[in-house]
Amino acid sequence: MTRLPERLGEFASALLAPERPVPEGLVGPDGEPSARRFAVYRNNVFVGLIDALRAGFPCTVRLVGDEFFAAMARVFAAATPPSSPVLLRYGAEFPDFIASFPPAESLPYLADVARIERAATEAYHEREAVPLTPSALAGVPPDQASMLRFRLHPSVRLLRSPYPAFTIWRMNAADGKPAPVDLSEAQDTMVLRPDAEVDVRQVVPASHDFVAALGRGLALSQATETALAKDSDFDLSENLRELIQMGAFIGFELETRGAQP
Amino acid sequence: MGIHQTGHAAERGIPARAGVSLKADHYRTIIETRPDMGFFEVHAENYMGAGGPPHRYLTAIREHYPLSLHGVGLSIGADRPLDQAHLQRLKALSKRYEPGLVSEHLAWSSHGTSYLDDLLPLPYTDDALSRICQHIDQVQTGLDRQMLLENPATYLWFKESTWRETDFIREIARRTGCGLLLDVNNAHVASTNQQWDARAYINDFPLDRVQQIHLAGHSRQTDEKGRPLLIDSHDRSVDERVWNLFSQVIQRIGPVPTLIEWDTNIPAWPELQAQAVMAEALMGLSNTEEQRHDTLA
Repeated sequence: MTRLPERLGEFASALLAPERPVPEGLVGPDGEPSARRFAVYRNNVFVGLIDALRAGFPCTVRLVGDEFFAAMARVFAAATPPSSPVLLRYGAEFPDFIASFPPAESLPYLADVARIERAATEAYHEREAVPLTPSALAGVPPDQASMLRFRLHPSVRLLRSPYPAFTIWRMNAADGKPAPVDLSEAQDTMVLRPDAEVDVRQVVPASHDFVAALGRGLALSQATETALAKDSDFDLSENLRELIQMGAFIGFELETRGAQP
Repeated sequence: MGIHQTGHAAERGIPARAGVSLKADHYRTIIETRPDMGFFEVHAENYMGAGGPPHRYLTAIREHYPLSLHGVGLSIGADRPLDQAHLQRLKALSKRYEPGLVSEHLAWSSHGTSYLDDLLPLPYTDDALSRICQHIDQVQTGLDRQMLLENPATYLWFKESTWRETDFIREIARRTGCGLLLDVNNAHVASTNQQWDARAYINDFPLDRVQQIHLAGHSRQTDEKGRPLLIDSHDRSVDERVWNLFSQVIQRIGPVPTLIEWDTNIPAWPELQAQAVMAEALMGLSNTEEQRHDTLA
């Protein structure tokens, strides 16, 4: 008799590879093999995973149509089944897969739209953290402000695209209206969930680089230099005000005095 | 089991009433209208994110209702060691929400490094039995509480099986001390697919161990020989034959916490609630006989 590990192993392999024969000894009520019965399990696995991806990438579904999406998701699922039973994590590699999926080549922005969707899902499930209020900065001596190191909200995600990925994402969201776009326009996107709602917004390239630099732990002065290198018109106080208003920071440190608050 | 001090306003224990699957579509309706419902049940894995709206809603709903926690990803039947990280996640959820019942499946869903996202069938052999019992021991030790094991909906049979399903489940419960979740729809689906007598299955089932019942809808296909092949789809209302089997169980053991499962094609709240009302009517918990007939009609 075949031992349990081999038995489940051949079952699992045949599930994910439709070209493989149904393992022996899996039978219907007459004791005879039944491919149709095994096919129920094969189908369940793929339907479940495709549904999970469909739920996580609704704009991508809208852009390519459900039939194309399901076919694309099926190829991904067969090659990259989930590694965790926590399916809300599934699909992190899907945007990269889309970028390398030849049949989707005619939509070069598709992977970046999917990256925005993935970032929004991650932000949705990210741990809770209370954003910094504007008054929290009141006690910082002006001469030390340049030394501030902000801690970003854990849900912050930044995305850079050579395409108008944000606009395409926005127009294909549930309440969006598709309209012609200029595909030569590059767009950066910032995703954040400071409270109950996920905030997805377009940011200018200098702001993107500024937040990215703060996220790497650079002091305010260094992050400002990075932003100014991208755009000499970068306005520090306006950016700081807007980021605090968005809830993008959860704390800061002053090198001389340790962690605040 | 004593009454535990909990941080939640609602009791920890699940009453012998009907409950329904908690779905995101219904979060707001439940919070805003506070419907009369015995309990809610969630799939544990859907609440294993670090934070976010799912936890906010579940916390708010847990304030007012008992909760049962139903795992779908522990892969108790797998040939590999139990995923300790996943068990820890389940434990954390159990501590956080203090569910009245915690259940998992007689099935496997992970192999190697892959999660296969389905409740896959097992051979009912001595080999599988001892592995399953080891895993259930680990779960109950890890969670520091009893778990319930659910009977599966199966589409095929492993030729090497030497145990009848009901005997296999009875032996697992005897060896591990776990409780049982009798999924009456699964019993009907498996019995139809395997050409067993569903009423005999219920009679043979170790009903004295049953602490919870699941009811759900199924869809109907046929296999290559034209035999009925029922699919445990959870996408519609409970079938007439499943209601009848449920009544048979209730006649034997009286009212039990009974869940209406509905996981795809989620209906509007009133339709789901009506299924729970039906279950309570059949348990003799509704006010009048007329109400029961109205629901049946």
